[in-house]
Amino acid sequence: MIKSGKIAVIGDRDCVLAFMSAGVETYGASNGEEANVILRKMTKDGDYAVIFITEDIAVQIPETLSVLKKQTYPAVIPIPSSQGSNGFGMAGIKKDVEKAVGADVLFNKD
Amino acid sequence: MARLAVNPTRMELRRLKERLKTAVRGHKLLKDKSDEMIRQFMNFVRENKQLREEIEQELAEALHAFMLAKAVTDKQDVVEALSLPGIEAEVETGEKNVMGIDVPSLSIRFKEGGDFLPYSFAATSADMDTAILKISELMKRLLQLAEIEKTCNMLADEIERNRRRVNALEYVMIPQLTETIKYILMKLDENERATTIRLMKVKSIIEKQEAEAAEKK
Repeated sequence: MIKSGKIAVIGDRDCVLAFMSAGVETYGASNGEEANVILRKMTKDGDYAVIFITEDIAVQIPETLSVLKKQTYPAVIPIPSSQGSNGFGMAGIKKDVEKAVGADVLFNKD
Repeated sequence: MARLAVNPTRMELRRLKERLKTAVRGHKLLKDKSDEMIRQFMNFVRENKQLREEIEQELAEALHAFMLAKAVTDKQDVVEALSLPGIEAEVETGEKNVMGIDVPSLSIRFKEGGDFLPYSFAATSADMDTAILKISELMKRLLQLAEIEKTCNMLADEIERNRRRVNALEYVMIPQLTETIKYILMKLDENERATTIRLMKVKSIIEKQEAEAAEKK
């Protein structure tokens, strides 16, 4: 079943500008609440396949993200902002490993 | 371990034995499934980690470069230059089946083979161009990351759910059934012994009466 979906980027207004010319839809949000409203609207729409959200905002809305984790679409993926990564995305992977295996087997080397 | 509230009859015993057989079989199957899922998950998650590390670094660099370029350009000009993208990105979404769960499979497609830099170069700096080209290039790999990360998320969820099932079978269902079967067997044996004893007793009473009757004659 092949369908086409849209890509969106949520982040602070400056950061989002950079993605604008890549042809994706961009939404500026300065805090978690604004991002929450946008995300909710997007999931209701159902047109979006992938939503990238900058880490500094993703940190503020873990509940919404964990709800969205359970469905196939949209895939909400944290990306680093212009200030660099704050480790939220990596923490997500770590959490997955802990959930699946019961212990952190991937990151304990460092 | 608590045993089930059932009547100790042969019919019940047969039924429970059947259930135990199914439970043991199911337990084995689920355990095998769990093993395989974890194996696949580890592959995915390793890839995920590597991809994320690379992308995080590259994207942070690109965004940083973009920020610098933006700083030296007039804000109005930047917005004007970027607001009308020459290309439109879309993803083709499908569903892949990994171990019985539907995970997304994504591939990017750019509509209209337009220009990545849809603005005049007069108002913006060259750094801006490179930063934007880099980000556009990264889009493909970002989607790859999205696909893998989502797969990992869903696999992790499924593995956890599966583990619950395995544990429920291993530590609740199977001991309960074995316990109950044992109980019924004991009860049935006990009944049998009771019947034998009763028969022996009856026989001895009858023999005694017959002996007394013979004496009277």
